Amino acid sequence: MELTWNLGLFYAFATVLVIAALGVISVKNSVHAALLLVLCFFTTAALWLLMQAEFLAIALVLVYVGAVMVLFLFVVMMLDINTEPMREGFIRYLPIGIGVALVMLAEMVGLMGVKSLATPPPLDPAGASNTVWLGNALFRNFLLPFETAAVILTVAVIAAIMLTLRKRENTKYQNPSRQVAVKASERVRIVKMQSATKEAAP
Amino acid sequence: MITLAHFIVLGAVLFCISVAGIFINRKNIIILLMAIELMLLSVNMNFVAFSRYLGDASGQVFVFFILTVAAAESAIGLAILVVLFRNRATINVGEIDTLKG
Repeated sequence: MELTWNLGLFYAFATVLVIAALGVISVKNSVHAALLLVLCFFTTAALWLLMQAEFLAIALVLVYVGAVMVLFLFVVMMLDINTEPMREGFIRYLPIGIGVALVMLAEMVGLMGVKSLATPPPLDPAGASNTVWLGNALFRNFLLPFETAAVILTVAVIAAIMLTLRKRENTKYQNPSRQVAVKASERVRIVKMQSATKEAAP
Repeated sequence: MITLAHFIVLGAVLFCISVAGIFINRKNIIILLMAIELMLLSVNMNFVAFSRYLGDASGQVFVFFILTVAAAESAIGLAILVVLFRNRATINVGEIDTLKG
């Protein structure tokens, strides 16, 4: 098997991905872990581009790097965490963690049968667009799941706001519905009174 | 030429790394959430690879839904984390024992 440009790129990206993933689970600083996870997602997007899954690669960068990881970074920086007590047990669980991971890896690779999966990719039909392909499948065969996904996202937004919203005691806040519903007669009182004359004034 | 096996093995390696991460970072919820994201990423890699090499769009549509649910999951997870930190001033798993389970 000759080393083509694509294969070289694959190995480079795979190396970066594995090293970054190892960094995510082993660095001390949570901010560094989050930034390494960003690198993981970005490298995966590059790998998906090698598989010509352009739409998902861009979606991964937009959704994960642009939104989810920024959320992670916000939370990591907002919470003032003392990481020292959380590192206890790191060394204790290191051997069993590595052991379980290696056994699982051996089992999975053994089950897959690497030789049998050594299929080359099918040729692309000329002028095929990944986005068109995906859009056709999504909106023809998966329309109801698509709408359900939208509902799930809405529920998640509402749930996240309801969880973190808090009413402090003794704070003054505006009630927008009452502000909107107010009428001029409730704010301005027009009083009829006698105009003052020069003689009456002291 | 990149074959299907390349991507599947890479996904397996990534999955095992995140399993090891869950084992060794048992006390830090934020790293646990990140390991779960990494795990979902490895599964997505398998889906995209099979979709590409079998020529079936359903795999990539499924990745689309996994991305949606994972985004919702991390948003709610982080919201729970913020509420937890506000109430207990810690996110150390060892100190979160109110339920006495």
